[in-house]
Amino acid sequence: MSTTAKTHPELSEVFNKDEQRVNWHDETLWWIRQKRDKSAHSIPEWEVLREKASQIKNNALSNLAEYLVSFEEKALANGIIVHWAADAQEHNQIVHQILQKHDIRQLVKSKSMLTEECHLNEYLEKQGLEVIDSDLGERIVQLAKEPPSHIVLPCIHKKKEEIGDLFHQHLGVAAGTSDPQILTEAARVHLRETFLTRRAALTGVNFAIAETGEFVVCTNEGNADMGAHLADVHIACMGIEKIIPKRKHLGVFLRLLARSATGQPITTYSSHFKKPRAGQEMHLVLVDNGRTVQMGREDFRASLKCIRCGACMNTCPVYRRSGGHSYHYAISGPIGAILAPNLDREKYADLPFASTLCGSCSNVCPVKIDIHQQLYKWRQVIVQEGYATSGKKMSMKIMNYTLSSPGVYKTAGKAGRWVLKYIPFAVNNHFNPWYKQREMPEVPKESFGEWYKKNVK
Amino acid sequence: MSRDKILAVLRENQPELVPLPAAMPLARVEILELQAKFKAMAEGIGSTVHLVDEFASIEPLIAARFSGEKRIVSTVKELVSAVIPAFELHPDPHSYADVDVAIFKSSIGVAENSALWLTEDQMGTRVLPFITQHMVMIVPLSALVPDMHTAYQKIGEAGYDFGTFIAGPSKTADIEQSLVLGAHGPRSMDIFIYA
Repeated sequence: MSTTAKTHPELSEVFNKDEQRVNWHDETLWWIRQKRDKSAHSIPEWEVLREKASQIKNNALSNLAEYLVSFEEKALANGIIVHWAADAQEHNQIVHQILQKHDIRQLVKSKSMLTEECHLNEYLEKQGLEVIDSDLGERIVQLAKEPPSHIVLPCIHKKKEEIGDLFHQHLGVAAGTSDPQILTEAARVHLRETFLTRRAALTGVNFAIAETGEFVVCTNEGNADMGAHLADVHIACMGIEKIIPKRKHLGVFLRLLARSATGQPITTYSSHFKKPRAGQEMHLVLVDNGRTVQMGREDFRASLKCIRCGACMNTCPVYRRSGGHSYHYAISGPIGAILAPNLDREKYADLPFASTLCGSCSNVCPVKIDIHQQLYKWRQVIVQEGYATSGKKMSMKIMNYTLSSPGVYKTAGKAGRWVLKYIPFAVNNHFNPWYKQREMPEVPKESFGEWYKKNVK
Repeated sequence: MSRDKILAVLRENQPELVPLPAAMPLARVEILELQAKFKAMAEGIGSTVHLVDEFASIEPLIAARFSGEKRIVSTVKELVSAVIPAFELHPDPHSYADVDVAIFKSSIGVAENSALWLTEDQMGTRVLPFITQHMVMIVPLSALVPDMHTAYQKIGEAGYDFGTFIAGPSKTADIEQSLVLGAHGPRSMDIFIYA
């Protein structure tokens, strides 16, 4: 994760320097959004499904403490060792202690955005342990020493030529290779070797079932399964909000998850882990890290319903044109911009402003989170608590003054039109943030007010 | 203790209990022609589907298709022959690293997404469906269900230790969204549906 104190506008400015890459990023994600639409529309009861999912999640959140207790009881009875972590640090320590107990210094990981949130890799590496991410996209960003830029498509910002260079450097692929088939084959050989030599595997959790004490992990590559079924020790880490009440509810969520994420009818593997394999040790870490606090914030509670499909990012006009890294938080895009200020209001004060509030994110959300409304609400909290930037505070004051006085508004409008017409260079310069990556509009001859006066008697 | 602290704050902060939605599982709106739908979905995600009249005709088809492969294992007792050896259980899962073809029988096939349900006892050993280079799935026509809701209805409260839905060969599209089959697991999946 970036340790710089740069804000979203500053970081997106870096991304925006390469216009062709921005267009390519935008088009790629829009293509995935279209695949999502096609897939969603193929199910006549799609909207009923979303509503059911939303209601199940509402019930799960309203009874989460009891569901967690029930889940723990069943999981223990199934032979799973259950741990509880209040925050990222405790989570990292628990994982470290399990590895220490078995004298294991190498870990193979399947995708888990929670461990990104907790900075587990950095923590373990500081303790002298080796961590290899096994999801292809995650492995690529790990080799590039970058965090994932998307929760489902971690290296969506990378071109195949750049990946070829990384593989040439680290995996011995011939220089200049950029064919995805050849690159994937090289990663397959490298990662199969890793799976076959690691004694411990860590996976994320997509759903945990209170009724049975089992948990479900969804992947397309099969990396979670390759890791878990070969290792002596399997550690699964989950945020406490991943609990759903009953096994049959998976029918609803598994229909929604992959369709919303990539447009696939279902992920290739939806694995239900109920008991450890004979001779294997299975650990499950339940992590809070701010979730119980968010639960108490009525306006933002619904963000805990998120199933991490990434649909809100793929559709977001700001995310698509600014890249995931400009969000400087493990989870980028609209949902991340709601989750981040919960953890640190000051550090992430800029993120809820990285939205057009167009509502597209809320429209595609499979569990019906009111994402754009929550972003709007965070803005108000952030300004009230004094975390807005001084420029934003000043411009809002001027805006308030202008909009609350019709005379000033008319004069300002006239002045604006005159400036744009006669001395455009006064605004078409880099001092004007609106001019960045944007053409200023052509000026109308008269304002709507003037036109109205003339034409409507 | 973090456990008690987390639960205490949660109980304090969680909203008033809201009920679970009624009418679960969902009724499907459209009526599916199961076999045709399953086949179309499976082929759409990279599997090969073979429709056969009877179970007995599957063995020669598999033997012919994989005649060049070195290590073939069948977890399906009725489908063992001179060319297709039976699965043998070894305590170390690593001993299956060189399996070329593994054969399984699924008891549930979901038409809306072509996912096939396998439990640990149908896998021989957990790693086998993932570590094999090629995968063969056998499913009776009567095992097809329209959607995930009916699949879970059928699974019910079954007491498996590990179970998984598998839809097609292992795949990735992480490099510029180009679909590549055979990420870590099987490069291909052949599905035999018999009446």
